[in-house]
Amino acid sequence: MTQGPVPQISLTDGVFVLEGDLLIGTIESLNLRQGLAQTIDLSRVAQFDTAGAWAVVTLERRLQDAGLSPRIIGASPLQTDLLATLRQNMPTKDGAGVMRMTLADRLDQLGRKTVSAFRTALAIIGFLGQTVATIAGLLLHPARIRWTAIVHHMQQVGLNAVPIVALMAFLIGVVLAFQGAAQLRQFGAEVFVVDLIAISILRELGILLTAIIVAGRSGSAFTAAIGSMKMREEIDAMRTLGLDPIEVLVAPRVIALILMLPVLGIIANFAGLLGGAIMSWIELGVSPGVFQSRLVGNTGVWHFGVGLIKAPFFALIIGIVGCFEGMQVGGDAESLGRLTSTSVVLSIFLVITADAMFSIFFAIVGV
Amino acid sequence: MTDNPIISVRGLVTRFGKHTVHDGLDLDVQRGEIIGIVGGSGTGKSVLLHAVVGLLKPAAGQITVFGESVRDTSAEDYRRLRKRWGVMFQDGALFSSLNVQQNVEAPMREQLDLSDETREALAAIKVRMVGLPEHALQKMPSELSGGMRKRAGFARAIALDPEIVFLDEPTAGLDPIGAAAFDELTAQLRRALGLTVFLVTHDLDSLHAICDRIAVLAEGRVLATGTMAQMQDVDHPWVQAYFKGPRARAALAQKEAV
Ligand SMILES: Nc1ncnc2c1ncn2[C@@H]1O[C@H](COP(=O)(O)OP(=O)(O)OP(=O)(O)O)[C@@H](O)[C@H]1O
Ligand SMILES: [Mg+2]
Repeated sequence: MTQGPVPQISLTDGVFVLEGDLLIGTIESLNLRQGLAQTIDLSRVAQFDTAGAWAVVTLERRLQDAGLSPRIIGASPLQTDLLATLRQNMPTKDGAGVMRMTLADRLDQLGRKTVSAFRTALAIIGFLGQTVATIAGLLLHPARIRWTAIVHHMQQVGLNAVPIVALMAFLIGVVLAFQGAAQLRQFGAEVFVVDLIAISILRELGILLTAIIVAGRSGSAFTAAIGSMKMREEIDAMRTLGLDPIEVLVAPRVIALILMLPVLGIIANFAGLLGGAIMSWIELGVSPGVFQSRLVGNTGVWHFGVGLIKAPFFALIIGIVGCFEGMQVGGDAESLGRLTSTSVVLSIFLVITADAMFSIFFAIVGV
Repeated sequence: MTDNPIISVRGLVTRFGKHTVHDGLDLDVQRGEIIGIVGGSGTGKSVLLHAVVGLLKPAAGQITVFGESVRDTSAEDYRRLRKRWGVMFQDGALFSSLNVQQNVEAPMREQLDLSDETREALAAIKVRMVGLPEHALQKMPSELSGGMRKRAGFARAIALDPEIVFLDEPTAGLDPIGAAAFDELTAQLRRALGLTVFLVTHDLDSLHAICDRIAVLAEGRVLATGTMAQMQDVDHPWVQAYFKGPRARAALAQKEAV
């Protein structure tokens, strides 16, 4: 594709004469829109490629549309061949082209998105039902439970998450003590910082933030792992071998999460209280002994229970959403990335929504 | 045939860990020919192709294309070199986030400054040339069948009318009529564009129909090169089995009947 003489077109004595190199890189400098003639002369063309042939056939078509029957002269056998190939393969007018969006299209799109959001919601609920039924079935036939897979996932989602969860909760405890102290000191009520820390960590923050971290860590991993299997048709292969993907892939992950999230929540609670206690001691002079006795004496065990009850539900949400989005991956790599981020956003959103509903519920029943 | 081969491989050695794939491989490809590379599965045909186009660093040996080395060059020279060939990988390797039209337009966008209409028209022509219907232009690769993906990959490989095209098993997974049409297309484009074709294939019909020369890969080397007729006389069990087996006879009979 060396660039030689610039192509030129001239109209002399009713003949279009083409000269120079008619190549993809140079073809646009030709103006083929003007003039009429019966003959196209290619004898002075040096190099010629598909784009050149396209230009000649386009010119020929235009002349034909104008009611002429043009002849092409001076073409080498190779060029004739290429022109013939091109004539067979010229694009039709309506085939190609990009569609432009009108207002109606946009409204149409909005409608479709709304409907598909509802459909997705229904599909997730369906998937939840399927998974719960599968897990119930497994409980009836414990021999079919895949312990190896469950233990593997328990390590992945549970054990490996301990450092980050503990560190996060510890820092939250520190922050609460620090901020609480600044406010409570104004009323001389420093010691209430223990209640503040205990109630907020045990009831809400410990488990909620753990769930958010696990959603980011493990929910996305579930989507990516199942999604890439889906992409390489592994899921279809499984089905043809009589394996149920829900039983093999989804159930172990969800069970592992349901088992491990409460454990992680408890670890977070302890780490949070520890952070709070240390900060209270440094900042307010509340000794560990005082902290402990106040904690035991003033904080009902229900605060702890309320927090922990939520854990399995959060685990179910994260596991179901992560696996469901993985199953939605199509054949392309882009959908994998898109659905992984959807999975994280959606599960965090649903976890927070569920937390709000739990708060209302507990307020009504009065614990 | 000219004396200067368009592709020349000398003493190529490639390794993956301890596994030596090529061990002192020599190969010359002449300008304008269609060379068929054959060999059993896992003998390193795809790896050879990757090495020739510079995607893989050989452990030893010299590879030149258009008389220039593909590895020991500046990035600038390599880019200039790369424009002059098109590659179609074994599984199509279309960009999965782009539709067929955008895939075929990708090299044009990258290398040239064309108007939208010209690019669209040329992409549509290339897609029709490889035998895809025009409505396939707007499809995503994941919506195509395996054979259609191959064709789209071929269309992308010839988007810029390159001087050499590397095709890795283009007819595998195509129906026989489609495969024959693909062969015919390859031969026609070679005639029309003066292409050199580096064709990795298992398809005996393709070898009969369009290859000028055949190179047999085995034991890490090029065991033999020559025309289809010369292959019949090579004294090596694999070559004998390949070119004299029942399928080879069927392909030969078919060719003679035509
Ligand atoms: N990325 C890689 N890492 C390790 N080994 C590899 C890699 N790519 C190829 N190989 C090995 O190199 C050898 C040659 O592989 P190659 O893909 O070239 O085979 P092929 O001749 O194209 O076979 P087929 O006809 O099945 O496509 C094989 O043994 C393969 O295992
Ligand atoms: Mg291969």
